[in-house]
Amino acid sequence: MKVRLLPSPQSLLLHLAVIAALLAANWLLPEYHRGVVSRVLVLAVFAMGYNLTFGYGGLLSLGHAMFFAAGLYGAGLTIYHLDWSIWPAFGAGIGAGLLLGLVVGALALRTSGVAFMIVTLMFSQVFYLTTLYFTTYTRGEEGLILQQEVRSLEFAGATFDLSDPSTRYLAGLALFSLVLLFTLFIIRSGYGRALIAIRENDERMRMLGFNVFANRLVALAISGMICAAAGAAYAVLFGYVGSTLASTQYSILPLLWVLLGGAATTLGPLLGTLVMFYVIDIASSHTTAHLLVVGLVLIFLVLFFRRGILGTIRARWLPWLP
Amino acid sequence: MGFGPYLLLATLEGLVTAAVLSLMALGLSLVFGVMRVVNVAHGEFFMLGAVLAWYFSSLVVGDPAIGFLLALALSPLVVALIAWLSDRLVLSRLKYEPEATIVATIGLLYIIQQLALTYYGADSRPVEAPFTWRIQLPWFGYSGYKLAVIGASILLVGLTALLMMRSRIGLIMRATQYDSETAQTFGIPVRRVYSAVFALGAALAAIAAVLVVPIRQAHYLMGQEPLLLSFIVVIIGGLGSLRGTVVAAVLIGLSDGIISMFFSPTLAKMLATLLVALVLVFRPQGLFGTAAR
Amino acid sequence: MAAMTATILHTRGLSRSFGGVRAVDNVDFDLEEGEIRAIIGPNGAGKTSFVSLICGRIASDAGEVWLEGQDISQMPAHQRVRLGIGYTFQITSIFPNLTLLENVALAVQSQARTNSFLNLSSRRLNDSAHEALLRVGLGERSGELAGNLAYGHQRLLEVAMGIALKPRVLILDEPTQGLSESETQGFITLIRQIAATTTILLIEHNMDVVMALAEKITVMDQGRVLAEGTPAAIRANADVQRAYLGEQP
Repeated sequence: MKVRLLPSPQSLLLHLAVIAALLAANWLLPEYHRGVVSRVLVLAVFAMGYNLTFGYGGLLSLGHAMFFAAGLYGAGLTIYHLDWSIWPAFGAGIGAGLLLGLVVGALALRTSGVAFMIVTLMFSQVFYLTTLYFTTYTRGEEGLILQQEVRSLEFAGATFDLSDPSTRYLAGLALFSLVLLFTLFIIRSGYGRALIAIRENDERMRMLGFNVFANRLVALAISGMICAAAGAAYAVLFGYVGSTLASTQYSILPLLWVLLGGAATTLGPLLGTLVMFYVIDIASSHTTAHLLVVGLVLIFLVLFFRRGILGTIRARWLPWLP
Repeated sequence: MGFGPYLLLATLEGLVTAAVLSLMALGLSLVFGVMRVVNVAHGEFFMLGAVLAWYFSSLVVGDPAIGFLLALALSPLVVALIAWLSDRLVLSRLKYEPEATIVATIGLLYIIQQLALTYYGADSRPVEAPFTWRIQLPWFGYSGYKLAVIGASILLVGLTALLMMRSRIGLIMRATQYDSETAQTFGIPVRRVYSAVFALGAALAAIAAVLVVPIRQAHYLMGQEPLLLSFIVVIIGGLGSLRGTVVAAVLIGLSDGIISMFFSPTLAKMLATLLVALVLVFRPQGLFGTAAR
Repeated sequence: MAAMTATILHTRGLSRSFGGVRAVDNVDFDLEEGEIRAIIGPNGAGKTSFVSLICGRIASDAGEVWLEGQDISQMPAHQRVRLGIGYTFQITSIFPNLTLLENVALAVQSQARTNSFLNLSSRRLNDSAHEALLRVGLGERSGELAGNLAYGHQRLLEVAMGIALKPRVLILDEPTQGLSESETQGFITLIRQIAATTTILLIEHNMDVVMALAEKITVMDQGRVLAEGTPAAIRANADVQRAYLGEQP
């Protein structure tokens, strides 16, 4: 056997197949479901960013909503108040996520275990309260609506209307595919192996000469960027920027999606997000208290099904699954 | 009203907040101290206490004092039972492993909150205070009930302290907190102690809620802010330390009351949360284990 | 025996307390390049604490640590490892869910100073890792999960990781504990081989191993250096006997 620093051809093929299937779905899915999957794709990017920190990094953050919101508001505010076009606004969102990831990481990584969870939760709360405090700019819970006119994208010489369902789906898919493949390559790389090993035994890694703090900080920075990219995409594709998306609920949801789909698997976040979306969708038609399923699923997962769907599949049948 | 009287009013309001906060934070601190469990659903036990208080008091017509007393007696018991069940069914099965436990309590939070939404609804509902006596000060009138709340809290905190420090049960709890393995070899039923402590912590939150519900109203989301404040108190006051918790609760209750009267509550919350996060980062005070040296 | 050997590692006044206990008490220590030094002493003497201070696993209260003329006293552990101190844990610390090859590959990755995406060719990674496993006699089992190994073999894996770091000084903390007689013999041979290119600092309770390997012995007791000398001198030392066996009548 060999240690590889690149994904295996098998893995690569699997991921490309998934992307191809999602591409075909743009034309095969009925309108309603295509809309749902558009949202799922963007939020799955959020989940993938979280997975890097939680699944691969082994750090239980309870505050990742702030990274998503950094991208959301970074893009949303620059478009709404500064009349920026999509690309620079998107860049602003990602930049905000990177910056926040570095700052929060530098502080939070000085703690570990339960303290880390609380600290991330609290930093995220501060961010959420900040969006409420500056309500003149953010309109708080009510939020900002980005009109259709500003959501047009210049790319390769052509103009795309991002509010068009098909364009929106494909844009979401493009971002998703990029992040999916990026995640696949990074976790198979030397850095990814080191990160996973740190999760397994950080003391040993320290004594092998790895700077554990720096490696974790990098993970948080990249994670912050990915989550912010999802946030920025959300603002631009769905035209809404509001405080609810910065609340603690949006720190718990990615945890739920990743746990369900399978933490530390590349495709787990997508699967978890997709399943929960439909579960909540069905629950919503029966009751206003549909978040009840969030609680039930969380407890179920943590008691009986910690590995999640793909995690269990990998452990039992497909050990090569990244 | 001049500045002095205004400050006095703010102080009184702060003391009421501190009174309720002491009880609630005490519950949280106890659970963390003995079980090393961070119960994120603690705010929901609080909310449940208030909602049940409304329910029990609504069963009684006539003198509101009877309804209130009924609520005060039954609500903490029911909440304690629910907490006890949660521990037996979920938390003990997880062997109190830190990460899994927090995720489980998050799940518990959602379940309790959403069930309250289903059966209680999204409205705020008031509960009548047991008495409406007002004390007349030179500058303003003040609710006698609020003063009674302060007194009740002092009494209850004192009772809890007595329980922990002087009774056999308290000794057993403290022994388990100090060294659960040794406690087990001494024949202390550690798992039962944990369930009892978890129930007691929830009961304290519920009592705090019953006391406060005639002042505020019962609403299914009312647990969130007290939870945040309780966290702040426990982190600043130090784990398991009764004295630290009470002192911190008084400090924070007072400052929250005073600051909220003069500044934006959102800003106050922001700064408090940020402060606590930084305290955890730079001075963990052995609360969540020492950083590796 | 080389005529002029340099001091590769030394400490001055190194101290550390835990609570009220002076675990390491003002220790001056000199290690010569290329030697095999054993540290022995009764339980609680401070041996593991001492070497932990050297490699930076725990922080010192006072004193200095120098490696090859460089003051490393303020450096974090991972930096000291990078400068050439290898450490194997007293209680085996490996990655049970990774294969043997993957375990050692991490050490190689660190040693090659690369941690990024594409720098290290996987061929070099695999070759170096395989080589280290061969040296400890685990070459045939490189694809197995480390967690499935017998305890003795896990300790060998640790040594393989240590070797793969290509350290200047390799610290072995009670490496033969839990090994069978034959495994211990194999271990002694292995260390002699490694010592050709690496300075060895060895904590041991097994006196046979100490006598077979050590050129010089440092005896610690109650956080201090009690005696230092050749194996013969230490064997005859009355203080050492007292420390191990208690007061003689």
